[in-house]
Amino acid sequence: MPAQGAQPEIAPPTLWICEHCDTVYRRRVLACGEVARCARCDAILARHHGMGVRGMLALVVTAMIVFVQANVWPIVTLGLNGQNISTTLWGCITMMWREHSQVVAVIAACTLFFFPIGKMLLLGWVLLYARKGARAPGFRLVMVTLYRIGPWTMSEVFVLGSLVAIVKAHMYFDVIPNAGVFAYGVLMLLITAFASIDVRHLWDITRERRT
Amino acid sequence: MSRLPRAGELGLIGCHVCQLVCRDSDVPDAACPRCGSPLHRRKSASYSRTWALLIAAFFFYIPANVLPIMRTVSVGDVDDNTILSGVIELWVKGSPDLAIIVFTASIVVPVLKFFALGLLLISSQRGSAWAQRQRGKLYRLVEFIGYWSMLDVFVVALLTALVQFGFFSQVEPLPGVVFFGLTVIITMFASMTFDPRLIWDGRDFDD
Repeated sequence: MPAQGAQPEIAPPTLWICEHCDTVYRRRVLACGEVARCARCDAILARHHGMGVRGMLALVVTAMIVFVQANVWPIVTLGLNGQNISTTLWGCITMMWREHSQVVAVIAACTLFFFPIGKMLLLGWVLLYARKGARAPGFRLVMVTLYRIGPWTMSEVFVLGSLVAIVKAHMYFDVIPNAGVFAYGVLMLLITAFASIDVRHLWDITRERRT
Repeated sequence: MSRLPRAGELGLIGCHVCQLVCRDSDVPDAACPRCGSPLHRRKSASYSRTWALLIAAFFFYIPANVLPIMRTVSVGDVDDNTILSGVIELWVKGSPDLAIIVFTASIVVPVLKFFALGLLLISSQRGSAWAQRQRGKLYRLVEFIGYWSMLDVFVVALLTALVQFGFFSQVEPLPGVVFFGLTVIITMFASMTFDPRLIWDGRDFDD
């Protein structure tokens, strides 16, 4: 293993440690829909995973298809005196770059495009192998990366942002919401469904392949 | 309550990245045997890093509110909007519901973050046992709502890309939006570097 530093001993896998206050609990099997909470700080320790690996893979593939649609189709069209202008996410990003707000362009490109697509591709990759209980090549790196980029995807904020932009623009122009904004709406629902799944349980249900 | 054992008392350490439970062996740079991330009992230098990021975010937050974030040009009429005047415009022009959403995301949430993180830092550093459970919940709330502040930044980006009718109408981003975007990013980092375990550590614990 290419880990740096000393390797401490692994404790028997019968314990949970609360991430928020370090309280130790004995693990137990959760019934359907059950959520284990910390008695000290009330944070969630673990959830029952109603959805299997195959279900999650299906959800990721769906999210990917919707994500492509959300990015290819225009989000809104504005009309003024017969002139029409529509835009996509990348239209916004390139326009912010040209209008001297490169910082904003980079933030938007990362949080609305690169991180979400990266998250879906990496998750799809590990789930593909996890169906057979195996760890995908590069499993360790992928899982750590997924943990790091987790909080930095903001597609759902963008959905609300486009609604606000539509209302603001509607004060002065004819506004036609396009398919892109609906695709984003669906994406938002899929992301919410994902939010309740802790992908870290993939560590427990997969095993290292002996080479 | 006090009978619940904590990881430190049992000689255990949980990996912050993959949640593997390991035995705490006092080696200086131990790594998680499962995911390879460095193992530590608490996030390193949590107090000083969170303070530094929070203060930095505050300095960005002032120009973010004072400077205009967006310029609207319509038929030669130039109008610069700050975050607050954008909210007022929404309210006056007949969308009070959306005005409340934008007000919450762009003003209430950042201010709440500054106060909440400041409160958590000060109370934890003093080893206070006051309302620990509620403080834990406050931290989780800050983590959960933090990124919604990006709302206004995306609104400006969309309007800039859309409203490009040359002389008749145009929307341009102004420097305020850059400062605001950076404020949100830095406060997110600040809440990530704060270790909620410190709320429960009490006076005798030194980070």
